Amino acid sequence: MKMEINQAFDKICKDADAHIKRLSLIKGPRISIGMATCGIASGAIDTKKAFEEALKEQGIDGQIQTVGCIGHCYAEPVVIIDHPDSGFPPIFYHHVTPGKAKMIVQSFLIDGDPLFEYLLGATKENELIPQIYDFPRFSQEKRIILQKCGIIDPEDINAYIDEGGYSGLARAFQLAPDEIISEIISSGIRGRGGAGFPTGKKWGFAREAEGQDKIMILNADEGDPGAYMDRTILESNPHQILEGMIICAYAIGAGSAIVYVRSEYPRAIEMISGAISQAEELGLLGNSILGSSFDLKISVFKGSGAFVCGEETALIQSLEGERGMPQHRPPYPVQHGLGNRPTVINNVKTIASVPAILNNGGDWYRSIGTKDSPGTAVFSIVGNVLHAGLVEIPMGVDLKTLIFDICGGIPDKKKFKAVQIGGPSGGCLSSDFLDTPIDFDSLAGAGAMIGSGGMVVLDEDNCMVNIARYFLEFTQNESCGKCTFCRIGTYHLLRILDRITKGQGREGDLEQLKTLSETIIEGSLCGLGKTAPNPVLTSLRYFRDEYEAHVLEKRCPACVCRSLTAFYIDLDKCARGCDACVGSCPVDAIFTTKNRKKGVDQALCVKCGECQVACPPEYNAVIRVSPPEKAPIIEKSVN
Amino acid sequence: MSKIIVDEQYLEIIEGTNLLQACLENNIYIPNLCYLKERKEKNASCRLCFVEIEGMPKPVTSCTLDVEDGMVVRTDTPAVRRLQRTAFQLLMSVHEVDCAHCPANKKCELQKIARFLKLGLKPKGLDHSLRELETDHDHPFLEYFPHRCVLCGKCIYVCKKRNGRPYLTFAGRGLDTQISFFGDKDPLKLPCAECLACTLICPVAAIIAKTDT
Ligand SMILES: Cc1cc2nc3c(=O)[nH]c(=O)nc-3n(C[C@H](O)[C@H](O)[C@H](O)COP(=O)(O)O)c2cc1C
Ligand code: SF4
Ligand code: SF4
Ligand code: FES
Repeated sequence: MKMEINQAFDKICKDADAHIKRLSLIKGPRISIGMATCGIASGAIDTKKAFEEALKEQGIDGQIQTVGCIGHCYAEPVVIIDHPDSGFPPIFYHHVTPGKAKMIVQSFLIDGDPLFEYLLGATKENELIPQIYDFPRFSQEKRIILQKCGIIDPEDINAYIDEGGYSGLARAFQLAPDEIISEIISSGIRGRGGAGFPTGKKWGFAREAEGQDKIMILNADEGDPGAYMDRTILESNPHQILEGMIICAYAIGAGSAIVYVRSEYPRAIEMISGAISQAEELGLLGNSILGSSFDLKISVFKGSGAFVCGEETALIQSLEGERGMPQHRPPYPVQHGLGNRPTVINNVKTIASVPAILNNGGDWYRSIGTKDSPGTAVFSIVGNVLHAGLVEIPMGVDLKTLIFDICGGIPDKKKFKAVQIGGPSGGCLSSDFLDTPIDFDSLAGAGAMIGSGGMVVLDEDNCMVNIARYFLEFTQNESCGKCTFCRIGTYHLLRILDRITKGQGREGDLEQLKTLSETIIEGSLCGLGKTAPNPVLTSLRYFRDEYEAHVLEKRCPACVCRSLTAFYIDLDKCARGCDACVGSCPVDAIFTTKNRKKGVDQALCVKCGECQVACPPEYNAVIRVSPPEKAPIIEKSVN
Repeated sequence: MSKIIVDEQYLEIIEGTNLLQACLENNIYIPNLCYLKERKEKNASCRLCFVEIEGMPKPVTSCTLDVEDGMVVRTDTPAVRRLQRTAFQLLMSVHEVDCAHCPANKKCELQKIARFLKLGLKPKGLDHSLRELETDHDHPFLEYFPHRCVLCGKCIYVCKKRNGRPYLTFAGRGLDTQISFFGDKDPLKLPCAECLACTLICPVAAIIAKTDT
């Protein structure tokens, strides 16, 4: 049997190899454009069109290939051009607008000048251009989950197979299901969906659970605002996920599996559905996979996209056609899941790590990361950070290294203030925590969590009370409304925060925020309510002085909260006769003084800040202050 | 039979009995709003029925536990009371307190719980606010009062049980969550006039027959 499986897989590999060789024989340059949703949002479709037109106009035979996202979202649209005849290695270009695309075709493909000013680096070791993999954004990363993302064509199963894809599955079929589970247990991998539950243990429970028709569900609900790594992986390398799902299903003895993906992810749905058909065609899915006696059917379910539907019991409700509301656990899904069948639910990143574990062994995986959090973590880093995007690092790297070395630090010479980790219900950590290693337990100890892997970097211009209010507003709106603490408790937290940011904070508010938060955490039914107060608690703990300034002095230290700030025009800086700001004001609050400078009528001003944007940088005369009384009173001219 | 101790009282309970049920049957009151004996999957949404159990680090909801031999239960610890009082006051902070005009007056579960927890009907320290909701008042037989409703879900359960499918559902999210009638208004298709199960089960008269308004 094992021999036959090997033979079947060998044949698939040979065919894939032949297919890829045929592609590489096609003459001319090969242009790979990053076209995951993030690339498309930055204009990759127009870039692609520009390349197509330019090649046609110039009469160049070249291939244009779409790939997924390589994680450098700050640089999008990104393009890799492999033009062997030029003598240059494959080159990685950033911010490729349609105009730049046409210039690159002219200069590089025709004149042989690769336009050094537009490139980020080469994607291969060479003597002419620095290699991107030597930059911190790559060299300090460790890519297991994202390894092939943005490199291979996600719509071609052969591209994945040619890069070693599905060999983890072939290896899995050489093992008994229990041996696979042992391998996963020995890898020490913990679920990447938030809670960090040991994956091997979960699979073991499901395998041992009584009941027929076991089922495997991939959780790709990803409802956190700002987090998009699961989408990116589905769009950039769907086969790695399928391979992981098949291995899991085989290990637990499931005959069917479901990809639960939010309907707002049309491209991810298209990619994973296409991948399923391709895998079926090659006999990697369906009946007697690779000639074995194992059958598996994978279907795609489009979720309605509520945040709480990512919670596993709510996800099951939603699959059963009910309103997505979490249920009391136990029973856990591994015992009574979908339709009461034993069900394993795993996150996209967990499952995407599985093929590599099968290929390289559990000990290899355990050697990466830390003792209690082996492996890598994928973060989507956004906010006030230079190189935003997706990053995959070994667990244990500290926050400072991640934010400042790998992601280039804070732009515009601003000071770091805080980092919010773990999605809307993660915690806000101050600069005192920059040495904290990134792993499940260290972050939890500091009051944050790895959660979904969302990370928002905040510079000095952010008001922490306002940030806490922002995240709480999200969780309060997304509360399923079932249980008392989460439904009503978070509402009161939000009301109090709202009051504080409006300068109506009262004595006792901060104590009430704290005790109510703690009670909500203790009393709520599901993880949403149990974590929703985290941004409040952590910001209160680490930025208490900001809260106190709001409540006691009616002052917003970062000058963000509208009710607590005022704009005025510094007469020493304002240029006589300039009226750039006048037209920008939506409520005509800007008047001219008697020596032809400008002033803001505080009674009319709505504090939108447009005048500050409009004032030319050489004057920079519009100033925001808090509390508002600090704005000097400026006399209007008498007509 | 399982031997358990609740608040220093020895009890013998049939194995597998629900803990909240066992306490209630032995005259040990634990506040509760969403518990239904016949309902297998407990809703566990009101978060009032907390108890402490020896060996468990934190208070737990008694409606989601079955009795086990040797269980030592306390229903009145400070931690339990803190959770119950907060949950109750949260409910009251969005509740329309107008007992004199409410059909539930005197048989209302909220009044009973307030008395038991020694609390008033006004939430102390929390702003009282009634949500602005768009509620459908066009049901031919039933009237729903969202500011009375505690969202215990009992009505949905009994409706489904009686009629094979629920004619009621939760709608909205967060604080705007309420009970809705699906928009089905054809009196001929609705079993409500003969059923009224939801009006009988509702602990706070948030659903009543139109004829009673
Ligand atoms: C409010 C809430 C939302 C969640 N959303 C997600 C999600 O979008 N994706 C996910 O994988 N897990 C999510 N989870 C965690 C799941 O319940 C579950 O633990 C996870 O899918 C298990 O996968 P893992 O073991 O691979 O981590 C969420 C949990 C809560 C409480
Ligand atoms: S904690 Fe919030 S999201 Fe979870 S069940 Fe309760 S109300 Fe619903
Ligand atoms: S209407 Fe009554 S029974 Fe239905 S959820 Fe509200 S309080 Fe419970
Ligand atoms: S009775 Fe237990 S949570 Fe409502």
